[in-house]
Amino acid sequence: MAMALADWIADLGEVVVNWMATLGDITLFFTRIMAWMVRRLPRRETLLPAFYQTGVLSLPVVALTGTFIGMVLAVQSYSQFRMLHLETRLGSIINMSLVRELGPVLAATMLAGRVGSAMAAELGTMRVTEQIDALSSMGANPIHYLVVPRFLACLLLIPMLTIMADFMGVVGGFFYSVQLLGIDSHHYWANSQKFVGAYDLYSGLIKSLFFGAAIAVIACHRGFHCDPGAEGVGRAATNAFVYSFIMILVLDLFLGIILNAVYYMIWPQGVTLL
Amino acid sequence: MMVGNSIKTDAKQAPLIETRGLTVKFGRQIVLRDITIAIPHGQTLAVIGESGCGKTVLLKSLIGLIRPTAGHVIFDGKDLAKMSDAGLTRERRRFGYLFQSAALFDSLTVAQNVAFPLRQHTDFNGEKIRETVLARLAEVGLPESVARKKPAELSGGMRKRVGLARALVLNPEAMLYDEPTTGLDPIMSDVINELILRTRKKHPVTSVVVTHDMQTVRKVADRVVMLYALSRLKPDEPQIVFDGPPKELDTSKDRRVRQFVEGVAGERITELAEQAGAT
Repeated sequence: MAMALADWIADLGEVVVNWMATLGDITLFFTRIMAWMVRRLPRRETLLPAFYQTGVLSLPVVALTGTFIGMVLAVQSYSQFRMLHLETRLGSIINMSLVRELGPVLAATMLAGRVGSAMAAELGTMRVTEQIDALSSMGANPIHYLVVPRFLACLLLIPMLTIMADFMGVVGGFFYSVQLLGIDSHHYWANSQKFVGAYDLYSGLIKSLFFGAAIAVIACHRGFHCDPGAEGVGRAATNAFVYSFIMILVLDLFLGIILNAVYYMIWPQGVTLL
Repeated sequence: MMVGNSIKTDAKQAPLIETRGLTVKFGRQIVLRDITIAIPHGQTLAVIGESGCGKTVLLKSLIGLIRPTAGHVIFDGKDLAKMSDAGLTRERRRFGYLFQSAALFDSLTVAQNVAFPLRQHTDFNGEKIRETVLARLAEVGLPESVARKKPAELSGGMRKRVGLARALVLNPEAMLYDEPTTGLDPIMSDVINELILRTRKKHPVTSVVVTHDMQTVRKVADRVVMLYALSRLKPDEPQIVFDGPPKELDTSKDRRVRQFVEGVAGERITELAEQAGAT
């Protein structure tokens, strides 16, 4: 019994130590990215493909997700608001939810799934086939050559993808509420304008910057530390998505708390929907 | 005596590459223990030993791809472990490295692969780069038509030769070859051996060749170091079991060296069977 308990404590200790080591390693990885970004910007020929992969190719899927989530919000909120005879306030709740929360989180989730996993798999394959070692041996720093362009692409393009998700969500919500549910268009927009301010949009975009950075760092780190073989590459891709998604949600909570606190510092009376 | 990250020695006698007490551990597993080797300018050193004895780890340590757990790797008087990321990156331009699998970038064409170091470290224009790439490919016996192909379209021998052309494109001072003939037919193996010799004749290059191909050793090496797997050694036994010219391999009285040179399984089959039974 005592032996089993000791083993259990030892196993738990090992897990904690491994987690701490990984966390420390990711922090070091991030500081190396920052150092190389300050030292020298990547070349055009490495930046453009990363921007194209991350931004242009992600646009359709992010737009589609945004549209549907806007319509889903309208479907789910309509019955509750109708009971209170507040159908025209639907625009405020849909658009507020979209720009503050769902737009940034869904754009980031799509980016983690589409781009993060692909980055981890690509860099993992390069690690396994010694291509990353080959880069180093030729005097090209792999962080500078492979990671910085991907990091910049995620960091700079995720706000734009978020704007696209927000916009298509607003369009989707409007279409379902006004065209299909028959809510008055003028009051729908008037209420939206009244309750959704620039701060809500900016807070969503600020969050998205953190999400984009987290996705790139986690995905590239997983790829760089990929285990050998096809199984290792597969695990790197899966872990990149799972860890990124967890990090998106954790960051969302803490950034939400911080940004709300800042909001109430600036406007202490806040805003009410009623 | 060490000052900063440089080590003071007589410049004329100083080896270009040196390891002092090099020890490498992965987790709890020790792969290299207290390896001390000095490789003078212009020498071709062959590192031999059974699979898994740490040859590739030694080669990667020489260029700083693997950091030592203890000891030093000194290149041209500078300790690699004490260099910054940027310093190490700069110093690696003086090396050429032929990887076991050639490690060509599969998203780039052959020409782009060979041009990679030129684009990174020279200000050559497009035409000059093209000329240099085609000349390098011709040196390793590859025609212009190969330049446009992707690495996946090439045979093993062609990939190795493209890897060699890429490694040599900047005229490095030191060449590191990781199993250059593994997986190739005897004729192509000899082609690679000849290319290694020609490279040495053309440029005054210091080379380290990791191999278990005795034909390569006899053909290209000035000196041979044989490593032995630590799992088969006692804690106080040195990991280097042979260090001398290739011709002394045949007269060595060490049973482990003779067994490797002659390629005799001997008691190893019984040992492997016992290990398999134990697990």
